[in-house]
Amino acid sequence: MNFIPGTQADRRKMLETIGAGSIEELFGDIPESVRLKRRLRLPEALSELELMREMRWIASKNLDFEQLTPFIGAGVYDHYVPEVVKDVCSKPEFYTAYTPYQAEISQGTLQSIFEFQSLICELTGMDVANASLYDGATAVVEAALMCCRHLNREKVLVSSTVNPQYRMVLRTYASGAGLNVSEVPWDRGLTSLESLEQMLSGEVGCVILQQPNFFGCIEDFSQVTRLVHSRGALVVDVADPISLGVLKSPGEYGVDVACGEAQCLGNPVSFGGPLLGYFAVRAELVRRMPGRIVGETHDAAGRRGYVLTLQAREQHIRREKATSNICSNEALNALAACVYLSVMGKNGIREVGLQCLAKSHYAAEKLNERGIPLAFPGVPFFKEFVVKVNEEPSRIVKRLVGEKLLAGYALGSAYKELGDCLLVAVTEKRTKAEIDHLAEALGRGVS
Amino acid sequence: MKPVPLIFEMSSPGRRAYSLPRLDVPEVKPEDVLPADAIRQREPALPEVSEIDVVRHFTSLARENHGVDVGFYPLGSCTMKYNPKVCEAVSRMVGFTSIHPLQPEETVQGALRLMYELQQYLCEIGGVSAVSLQPAAGAHGEVTGLRIIQAYHRSRGEERTKVIIPDSAHGTNPASAGMLGMKVVEVKSDSRGGVDVDELSRLVDEQTAGLMLTNPNTLGLFDENISQIAEIVHSKGGLLYYDGANANAILGIVRPGDSGFDVVHFNLHKTFGTPHGGGGPGSGPVGVVEKLVRFLPVPTVAYDGEKYYLDYDRPDSIGPVKSFYGNFLVLVKAYAYIRALGPDGLKAVSENAVLNANYVMKKLSGTYELPFQRYCKHEFVIQPLRIRKETGVRTLDIAKRLIDYGIHPPTIYFPLIVEEALMVEPTETESLETLDQFVEAMLAIAREAETDSQTVKSAPHSTPVGRLDEVAAARRPVLRYVPQSDR
Amino acid sequence: MECPKGFYYTKTHEWVKVDGNCATVGITSHAAEQLGDIVFVELPEVGREVKHGEAFVVVESVKAVSDCYAPVSGRVIEVNQELVNHPELVNQDAFGAGWMVKIEMSDARELGELMDEVQYKKVLEEEGLSK
Repeated sequence: MNFIPGTQADRRKMLETIGAGSIEELFGDIPESVRLKRRLRLPEALSELELMREMRWIASKNLDFEQLTPFIGAGVYDHYVPEVVKDVCSKPEFYTAYTPYQAEISQGTLQSIFEFQSLICELTGMDVANASLYDGATAVVEAALMCCRHLNREKVLVSSTVNPQYRMVLRTYASGAGLNVSEVPWDRGLTSLESLEQMLSGEVGCVILQQPNFFGCIEDFSQVTRLVHSRGALVVDVADPISLGVLKSPGEYGVDVACGEAQCLGNPVSFGGPLLGYFAVRAELVRRMPGRIVGETHDAAGRRGYVLTLQAREQHIRREKATSNICSNEALNALAACVYLSVMGKNGIREVGLQCLAKSHYAAEKLNERGIPLAFPGVPFFKEFVVKVNEEPSRIVKRLVGEKLLAGYALGSAYKELGDCLLVAVTEKRTKAEIDHLAEALGRGVS
Repeated sequence: MKPVPLIFEMSSPGRRAYSLPRLDVPEVKPEDVLPADAIRQREPALPEVSEIDVVRHFTSLARENHGVDVGFYPLGSCTMKYNPKVCEAVSRMVGFTSIHPLQPEETVQGALRLMYELQQYLCEIGGVSAVSLQPAAGAHGEVTGLRIIQAYHRSRGEERTKVIIPDSAHGTNPASAGMLGMKVVEVKSDSRGGVDVDELSRLVDEQTAGLMLTNPNTLGLFDENISQIAEIVHSKGGLLYYDGANANAILGIVRPGDSGFDVVHFNLHKTFGTPHGGGGPGSGPVGVVEKLVRFLPVPTVAYDGEKYYLDYDRPDSIGPVKSFYGNFLVLVKAYAYIRALGPDGLKAVSENAVLNANYVMKKLSGTYELPFQRYCKHEFVIQPLRIRKETGVRTLDIAKRLIDYGIHPPTIYFPLIVEEALMVEPTETESLETLDQFVEAMLAIAREAETDSQTVKSAPHSTPVGRLDEVAAARRPVLRYVPQSDR
Repeated sequence: MECPKGFYYTKTHEWVKVDGNCATVGITSHAAEQLGDIVFVELPEVGREVKHGEAFVVVESVKAVSDCYAPVSGRVIEVNQELVNHPELVNQDAFGAGWMVKIEMSDARELGELMDEVQYKKVLEEEGLSK
């Protein structure tokens, strides 16, 4: 296929206008020594039919959620995506536009971002939110960099109950940016507050905890916030947005930054990308925030409109002193989240949360009945929980593919001490029959 | 045109747009399983609307947007080319949208194969040894590439902190270096628009980690001295970083790896036809030459002759730069794009992109000033200097007036080194007729500037809102909806 | 261009007005005009010790940002809180209500390195010529 409208006749006419003998002449300033003197070694072009056939064949080599029922989460989740969300996001006026540099012909994108910011503020209870970041992991990095810059400190404490990938990404950046990252140990599924207290020196810029944490457990954020604030450091709450119809919001806890992964709000799992980083702060931190921000204003006739604002923070103006280098973010995924939250409304988001709560607790109980107990009994959880199994967990996961199940995430690779544990996620999409099937299939391995 | 209300302003208590299955397991009350302190007290004021409210709202908003599917979008350095529908269709296949990144590898061989082959294709196109698909955007690729450069120097026992960046560079270049605590040193452009080689020689020293270069650069000009530049940087042990923002000009013609670059990033959302999404998701894969392969982020996708797998066993890696493996659905679209076009199709992309740009540049050159008298590549910069002097009409006014002609304005006031810059990138997917319409509009505006400058200075006149007060927006920021009752 | 008498000036377009050991600092109306409509002024913390030549204030307009450098060394004893909500004062009255910081000088001899209004006007003229 080719998407070039120019014909041979067009090209001749254009070359004539330019006064060039050939297209080759236009490349005349490229030195011979650096030129590629052969064809690219790539597969030959395909027609649309051939391409569709080929892509269908590749896709068929994956076992998708229509073939395997997912009880796996660990950061990305199979939540319900209403058809309206998909419909809006496939409008070319949205997806074939770019960053709204020219406000007058980008009000659609700008207003939807303003609505996204507002919805995230409502959900998180924070004062201001940005237009999105790449994902939860990079949002955590940006939070650490922002907090340390704000307080002019270099030390970051991150709980070992924060998503292991986020901690790894944080380390990748920290070793470049000169941040000193230490991990707070965990105990019985939760961040050890005694350890946290000991580690909280005066050089600590921020403390990062996740809610619910990577094990699905509910951390004591009130106590954490009091403790961290008493030492003059900032609190970063990596909250699961879909839990916030039920769980206390970061704003209610009084944290300084709420950020994390918002894929759960209307975006498919899609092999882990694109995801959607969200980022919200208290008002005092607004000019330290990374990323695009949209603000409300008016034109000369007094009509309300929206623009990119507080741009002096950003790379195209402040260059090496910018709050972040981010330019393209995940606008279309933020649009999906915006539509999702509009569709769900305050009642829908609560009902999703309640269903996750009920179904995950039902699943935990059923598994327990089958001899598969919770690893952290008595510790409150929301939609995800850890169970102990008596067979190598990754082998169980592989075996249960045969039962059309994705049984969970084997924790051993990220937590050596949990080598006999499986992390199980139960969203509102799972049915009683599917949960019963999981319990039955898992239970069959218990002797 | 009536302004579109905010979704919050359409809310009416009791209205709903969602439906969920009836709970088929026993109900669980939050207070029975959660500590009182973990339960939300104040409910979020999310809108209560019906489905048709949502649909009409976002349809109204869509109509206020200009996209490539709506009309010409010659936004310089952004490569707003046509996004093929077949690539969209492919990316919506359930076999791609509904798979989990932590599924057993045996159950995602299709996804891994696609990523593996895309890595290979990008290696071939870039002339590099290995590629990581992980970075989510161009700027993310930059910070990844710079971390690799840092890691390389550290592996040799050197802490090099100086990064040299041309004055014509994108703002993301210095910002990426700044994020990693590196020191930015600017090198000037010469009279041909390339890097000033003499100044570069003076600036490069044993502290130099590397040089970041966009080639063709943001002036749309190919740096003819690239081999000499590479030699200068390499002779002091520095590395060369290729910013792939403008790679739409060089497909199948020059490979960055063959011209001395050590690290290369591609913008799949520019060069490989994936849509820009209103500002993402993009994708910014990074490729490197042989000696840097061991530093690439984990995991990369590998093949053992029988199956594809994620390779985490790379002890010298800088570590991951984001969750999982990159913006997978964007990778699917770029893969489909490369398969659709094939080797000759890709070369034709660059040839036609360059032809289109030179044609438009030539047609405008009598009316607008050109800072450099030479062939451009895929984009070019012009200046309305005479127009400004004679009529007071500025670049911003011309940009805004173009909107009234149904055209998205070019990039303006960039690169910073060109006064009143208008940076035009037509792309290869525009017809001669569309290019002529753009030229006509630009010439008409030049005439209007003389006969009716007020119309130009107060443009646009055809949009739902006129020029917006950015000063007021920044002085007293309103960044979220606040219900009337709370104001 | 307005350049009041009795003020000291820097090449980077800050002004200083001295009262005893206290130096009041702002940016000149020329600098404010160059920046355009000022939307935000980031002020230092009261109590901070600054060194001559150190960047200590950031001034933002919509499309530009600029550091201001301390013309003298000393301790910040007061900042202009009015600018928090009314950054436009810098555009409206650069030498008066748009003042930014008061510094208790640690070495008044540094004033000797600054310019008077005649010298500063010359700098402005030279800048104008070079354009």
